Parts: sequence; structure tokens; C-alpha cells
Amino acid sequence: MSDHEYTPSSKFGKWFNDRLPLLTLANHLTDYPTPKNLNYWWTFGGILTFCLITQIVTGLVLAMHYIAHADMAFSSVEHIMRDVNYGWLLRYVHANGASMFFLAVYIHIFRSLFYGSYKSPREIIWILGIIIYLLMMAAAFMGYVLPWGQMSFWGATVITNLFSAIPLVGESITTWLWGGYSVDNPTLTRFFTLHYLIPFLILGLVVLHIWALHVPGNNNPVGIDIKKPSKDTVPFHPYIVIKDAFALLMFCIVFAMFVFYQPNILGHADNYIEADPLVTPAHIVPEWYLLPFYAILRSVPDKLMGVVAMLSAILILAALPWLDTSKVRSAVFRPLFRQFYWILVADVLILGYVGAMPAEGLYLLIARVATAYYFAHFLIILPVLGWKEKTTPLPLSITEPVLGGSPNLAAARSDEKIEKTIK
Amino acid sequence: MSDQKDEKKTNRRDFLFTATAAAGAVGVGAAVWPLVDQMNPDASVKALASTEVDVSSMQPGQSLTVLWRGKPVFIKRRTDDEIKKARAVDINDLKHPEKDEDRAKNPEWLVMLGICTHLGCVPLTDKGDYDGWFCPCHGSHYDTSGRIRKGPAPTNMEIPKYEFVNTNTIKIG
Repeated sequence: MSDHEYTPSSKFGKWFNDRLPLLTLANHLTDYPTPKNLNYWWTFGGILTFCLITQIVTGLVLAMHYIAHADMAFSSVEHIMRDVNYGWLLRYVHANGASMFFLAVYIHIFRSLFYGSYKSPREIIWILGIIIYLLMMAAAFMGYVLPWGQMSFWGATVITNLFSAIPLVGESITTWLWGGYSVDNPTLTRFFTLHYLIPFLILGLVVLHIWALHVPGNNNPVGIDIKKPSKDTVPFHPYIVIKDAFALLMFCIVFAMFVFYQPNILGHADNYIEADPLVTPAHIVPEWYLLPFYAILRSVPDKLMGVVAMLSAILILAALPWLDTSKVRSAVFRPLFRQFYWILVADVLILGYVGAMPAEGLYLLIARVATAYYFAHFLIILPVLGWKEKTTPLPLSITEPVLGGSPNLAAARSDEKIEKTIK
Repeated sequence: MSDQKDEKKTNRRDFLFTATAAAGAVGVGAAVWPLVDQMNPDASVKALASTEVDVSSMQPGQSLTVLWRGKPVFIKRRTDDEIKKARAVDINDLKHPEKDEDRAKNPEWLVMLGICTHLGCVPLTDKGDYDGWFCPCHGSHYDTSGRIRKGPAPTNMEIPKYEFVNTNTIKIG
């Protein structure tokens, strides 16, 4: 924030800013030098902020009508849908908002994977992001339990039972989580409390995520370090603001299509049946955004190892900055990595698909192969690739390849300098 | 430690630091414990510890599911054929070796928690490869004694504490 001196123009502004430098912060955010080649994959940070605010606002008003009690939760949700003014809209926005949130976060994560945004010096931003992602999953899971339908109840039972796989203390931990001997009213009330808390924890982490981002600045599609401010940057406002706003508008069209035309397509019909501890639905499926991890869980025939594999699949991402040994960030200059990247994308989509299918026969075989490949990508392919791969030459700056034909710049581009950059 | 000569010696100040930190840790622990323990089952949950079930109308081959501590309990009046099948199994073939004699004291009656030991779903009765129970969630097969035979579940279905109060009534818990 000490990039340059800032003095408010008004006398009051100066008086206030000397006591609380909020205007300096606002100025830092508007003038913030941003790489001028950011493409639309970079607009998802703003979209995600929008998703978080939407969830907090709609969640807050839903909590004014919802009753967290095993006997009343289900009917209070129906009460919201039928009686409360605009209750149907608020609930559909909140429920589909969770899906939209995950859609955006997956694009955001895969953007980082493609352009190497997790690499030095941005490891802390990346790890904060992984923590936010874990908290999002916890919040989404507990939120799904609140309507107290069949999927809520049995999803909660299956997921909390994961903890019973822990040797020795597993049973006590599950009982402690439940507040009883099965998922019941005490479980529901604590899930509601935590579901209310987590978004604010996420909000705090988002502030840290952005703070950590503003230290080195944005990565960019070319993935090279740039000087800021320089010819390679533009001020955040209005250039990035308007681009983010346009992308957000497009995103909201998709969001609105779900809310107004297919509000239940991402949900599960069984959740419109009230929770019954005596009957397990024929086919328990988590929400779509958890399916790849569910497939990994089921592909391991041992209970404890299945849980370990599922958790490792997420936590391995935190070690990614050190597993990927290549110094070149952007996949644009990594011809081999680029192919493996798309195989990974396909692998995760396949895991998601088999996660929704019954765990038997060919589906189980596919799930096992895809799980093995997922881990191989991070533990074998990435470390070896960084060492073996021959990357293509990096440009000196963002501007250089665009104006490469101009005589002045061509002269400036000595071979010696290029070699230095590749190294 | 401003005085460099004292740096290596343990002095009274070090003792005070350690003692303060230790007392502080005990205090924090004592303050946090109620916050953690409040999540454990409360007195009202524990009070519902036992259930009595009337089984006088059950015929051989029939089964009943009752709720005990919020969990389903299967009560099955087994046929001679089912008992024979359960007792004929070689104990060494089992993933979780338990004799049927130990699981069903009175061979005609099998009383067990109707919860799959994998991830807690309720298995379906008279289904699966071993004509016992089958869990639809992740495909665990149990035999007529409720023992795990195939699939991801690690152990047999649990036998709760129960007793026959009289010939017609089972008390669970």
C-alpha cells in the first residue's frame, strides 16, 4: 500500500485519512496496477466475491424464517417456499447459489492450475485458497443438511461416519459430532450454528487471500514477472472493473437460468421427502460438486484407506507449489504440461461422472483407474515434467510479443536476455 | 536477558516464565473443556437408553425394525433354514470372525443394530448374495447372522445389549 503517496483532495478527507487511512486503501484498490493481458478466466475472483455476498445476504434472510429443529425444519422450509413473501426466490437463489459458487471456484482453481498461479511467490495465496475451498465444502455440506430431507439426513449420516474410520477414537468422535447415538436434533442445531459461522470465516480468509495477492500482484496469461506500474499494467479501475462487471453479468444470466427455469435440476428429488432414520434411500449421492471426491472414497475397498485417499486428494493440492518443479508458470510455454493438464481435467470430470453412478462393475474399475491417475498426476508427472520438459521461449514482457515487429523492440531483444528469462 | 553472562544459566525468571505458561495452559484447557464437552450426548439423550419391544405376533421368517437411541434395530425371527445356513459357515472364511452361536444366544432370534458398519446406512432385509442383508449405499453383503461377507464394510453388524424380559418381550439397552 506504500506504492506511492496519496493525499485526499478535501480538507475533511485529509483529516480523516490521517486518523484512519481508509482513503489510502481505496486509492490503492482503484489505482492498483494490473497486468493488461488478463483474460476472462481472471474474472472469476470478482464473481466468487459476488457469490459469497449473495450467499451471506440470502442466508441471513432465510435464517429469519427457518427453524432448526428436527420436528420443524422440514416444514419450515416448505413454509419458506409457500408462505413467506419471495421465500421461493430467496431459497432457490441460496440453493443454486451454492452450486454457482462451486462452479466459479472450480474454474478459478483450474485457471490457477493452467497458468501456474500457485507458484512462487504466490504459494500463500494458493494455500489460503485451498483452506477457503475446504471451508466452502464444510458450509455446503452442513447447509444441505438443514432442510432435513432424506438426502440431508443420510448424507449427514454417511459423511459424519467417515470420522468413525479413525482408529481407536473414531466412535467417540462421531458420537461427539452427533451429540447422540445417531444424526438427530442436536446434530441439526449445531450444523445450523456452524453453517451460519463458516461464511464469515471465509470472508475473513478472502480478505487475507486478496491481501496476499496484492503483495506480488496478479499472475497473467504469459506467466512472467512484470514491473508494476509499467507499460505492462493498467489501473484496476476502470479497466479491470469493467471487464469483471461484464463477466459477472454473463455469469448472472447462467445463474438466473437455473433459479428461474430449472431450480431443482441440481438438487435431488429425495430431499423433498422428510428425513426418516428407518429408511435409507436406494441411491445416496452427494451434491454434484463433491462427486469426484466421493468417487475416490468409494474406489478404495478399505474403509479407513478410502477416507485417507479422499482427504489426500484435497490436501495434495496444498503441496502443489512444491510438487510442480517447473520454473515456467504458464502452460502456454509448456507443451507437454499442457497435454497433461487437459488429461487431468478429463480425469476429474470422469471421476465426477462415476461418482454419481453405482459403485460396481465397470464404473468401479473406471473409478479406480481415474483415482490412480489423479494421484499420479501430482506425485509423479508434475515433479518429473518440471525436470524433463523443454519449454518454449518466454517473452521479455507482455508488450513485446504484440509489438515484436517494431524495429526498436526487435533490437532490444537480444538472445542473451531471452536465455536468461527461460532459465 | 540483557546480561549475556546469564544467558545459559536457568534463573528465577525462567522458572517464573515456565510456571506462568504451565498455569496458563491448564487454565485455558479448563476453560475450553466445557465448550468441547457440551457437544457430547446430553442427559436427555442418555435417558432414552432402553426400549421394550413386544414380539409375540412375529412368525418365523419375519423381521421387525424398531428405533432405539435414534438408530434402527433389526429383530429377526429366523427360520430353521436360515439358522442352519448361518451355523454352517466356516469361521475362517469370515472377514470379521464371529460364531453365530455368540451373535444369537437364542438361535431363533437375531437382534442387531440395523446399521451398516461402513458408513451408517440402513441395509435392506432378505437381500444380497447371502440372503441376509444388503446395503444399497456402497454394496455391502451380510449373511443370515448379520456378518459381513462381501463389500467395503469392515465389521459385522453390531449386537446391542438386549434381554428377553419374558417370552414375548425383548428389552434393548
